[in-house]
Amino acid sequence: MSSAQQPGSEQLAQQPDSPSTKMILVLTGIAMLSGFLVVLVAQLTAPVIAENQRIAIEKAVVKVIPGATTHKEFYLEGGKLVTEKQQQDSDSIYAGYNAGGKLLGVAAKAAAQGYAGMIYLLYGYDPSCECIRGIKILKMAETPGLGDKIITDKNFQANFDALDARLDAGNKSLANAIVTVKAGTKQHDWEIDAISGATISSVAVGKALNESAQRLMPQVLPQLHVLEQSEVTNDANE
Amino acid sequence: MTQTNKNKDAITWETFSEGLWVNNPVFVMLLGMCPVLAVTNSAINALAMGLATMFVLLASTILVSLLSDYIPKQVRIATYIIIIATFVTIIDYVIQAISLDLYNALGAFIQLIVANCMILGRAEAFSSKNKPLKSIVNALGMGIGFTFALLCLGVVREVLGAGAIFGIDLFGENFQPWVVMILPPGGFLVLGGWLLLFDWIKQRQAEREEQEGRANVA
Amino acid sequence: MSPDSLTFIFINTILANNFVLAMFLGLCPFLGVSGKLNTAIPMGLATMFVMLVSSLSAYGVNLVLVALDIEFLRLISYIAIIASSVQLVEMTLKKYSPKLFRSLGIYLPLITTNCAILGVALFQTFKEYDFTQSLVYASGAGVGFTLAIALMAGLREKLELSTMPSVTQGAALSLMLGGILSLSFMGFAGLGG
Repeated sequence: MSSAQQPGSEQLAQQPDSPSTKMILVLTGIAMLSGFLVVLVAQLTAPVIAENQRIAIEKAVVKVIPGATTHKEFYLEGGKLVTEKQQQDSDSIYAGYNAGGKLLGVAAKAAAQGYAGMIYLLYGYDPSCECIRGIKILKMAETPGLGDKIITDKNFQANFDALDARLDAGNKSLANAIVTVKAGTKQHDWEIDAISGATISSVAVGKALNESAQRLMPQVLPQLHVLEQSEVTNDANE
Repeated sequence: MTQTNKNKDAITWETFSEGLWVNNPVFVMLLGMCPVLAVTNSAINALAMGLATMFVLLASTILVSLLSDYIPKQVRIATYIIIIATFVTIIDYVIQAISLDLYNALGAFIQLIVANCMILGRAEAFSSKNKPLKSIVNALGMGIGFTFALLCLGVVREVLGAGAIFGIDLFGENFQPWVVMILPPGGFLVLGGWLLLFDWIKQRQAEREEQEGRANVA
Repeated sequence: MSPDSLTFIFINTILANNFVLAMFLGLCPFLGVSGKLNTAIPMGLATMFVMLVSSLSAYGVNLVLVALDIEFLRLISYIAIIASSVQLVEMTLKKYSPKLFRSLGIYLPLITTNCAILGVALFQTFKEYDFTQSLVYASGAGVGFTLAIALMAGLREKLELSTMPSVTQGAALSLMLGGILSLSFMGFAGLGG
């Protein structure tokens, strides 16, 4: 960088150019010091961060599976539900249990492009009614006051008290695709009433739910016993 | 020569107050703009960002000032950047550990503190040329000035755009928020507004001083 | 258009999620070098070049970091890549176009602290883009940045010829202009969705 005629740079100009060895030594020394500091802090904060994340997920799962008090995370890999994550991009399936340890439902993530960015949400599926019982928006960038009504509007939230999502006869997909319809025109239980004035955001929620449910539920539902059994096994181990 | 050196090392009120008003990093020097507009959509985000930046500024100032005699001049910028990046990574982890909600609200802008030209600029222009204690005092002033500027923006944008301050509702149900204020254009406009105000104040001051000067001569 | 498609990423990054006007990145040069059109455009192109080089290198480095499980070194390594890319551009410009090199002045090394470039590298990592997506993302960011800075320069050049209250001279004016530009770019939201 060129040094202008300022008092400070007279000092610098008077210093002789340092030999390369000194430069490399200093850089390496600083790099090692910084590496040490970062690793130290990373180690110290790792358990706290993991706990924070677990609590955040639990709060979300408890909200979307009515009656649930605890959760356990599973991963869908190669069509099988496993407890240890092996693959990079496996889907997380959260099993929600009530205080007695009974499996109440499963929660999964869904995402779709909204008006201003991706909308990420968690939804809870109740196998006893084969319906979605609740959603929680995890992350979004929708317009405050308009698109963010998908969080605040109570009527919109009511769509998800018992959103029909049962599997068809072949158990390979949903009997009726979840779809968002124009505000006030909802006729079937698998439709979502859009928020007037926030159509794109509402449609995004419907798209996200449909895509995720169509893909995951046919794989998860036949394996529910895995989720139930694991809870029992865990209690025995703890 | 000794006289200059003694004055140079002295810690005065100016050392601290420089960053608060006269050389406020945001309003005067126009440094560190990116976070100023991006995370000031609410007062609490603005405060958190200001404090996080102040931490990085102080920590890197201390280290740079202590080590400046040993750093060869060709690699000084690279060294400063490594030091700053270290503390940014540290504060990134600390914020995650304190509050995930806050972390998600501030997003990538925590890591972007490393590109805040204010921190690198102060390291190059001040901390590397002054004793640690003096540098710390100056950095404190700069950090507080920066946080003050962020709060100016955050408070105005949150009050106008969401009718709240630090999450506390101010106007009740019927308030129709001026939503654009918490969106990107609002950031530009509010900062422009503050700058207009400060420039106008300065202009008035300069005019008044000029008039007084003329009155004294006459 | 699928949000993962290359066309969508490209157009979205230039318009709806413009790095300067929507995401507030790259503001220092945006406010500092946008006085004249013939410095603004080269600045934009130089920045785009650094973005591309850094983005590709960051993608590679990230693969290594993940493989070795040392992801906490990400920030430091990305900054190192960016600083090196800027050095490269500086040396190239100095050799092939010394006039341009001088007119860009101090703002050329300042590209290192341009949050837009670090932003490109960080965001493409967060969004887990693959190689081609990262390439397109960086190009879109560069084009969007150049577009924003060129628009700003054009506007400021025009405004120099008109009478404005003296108190608005300087950064306040640029910011107001930026606000209006940002407002108009908001109209692109939802494009391609």
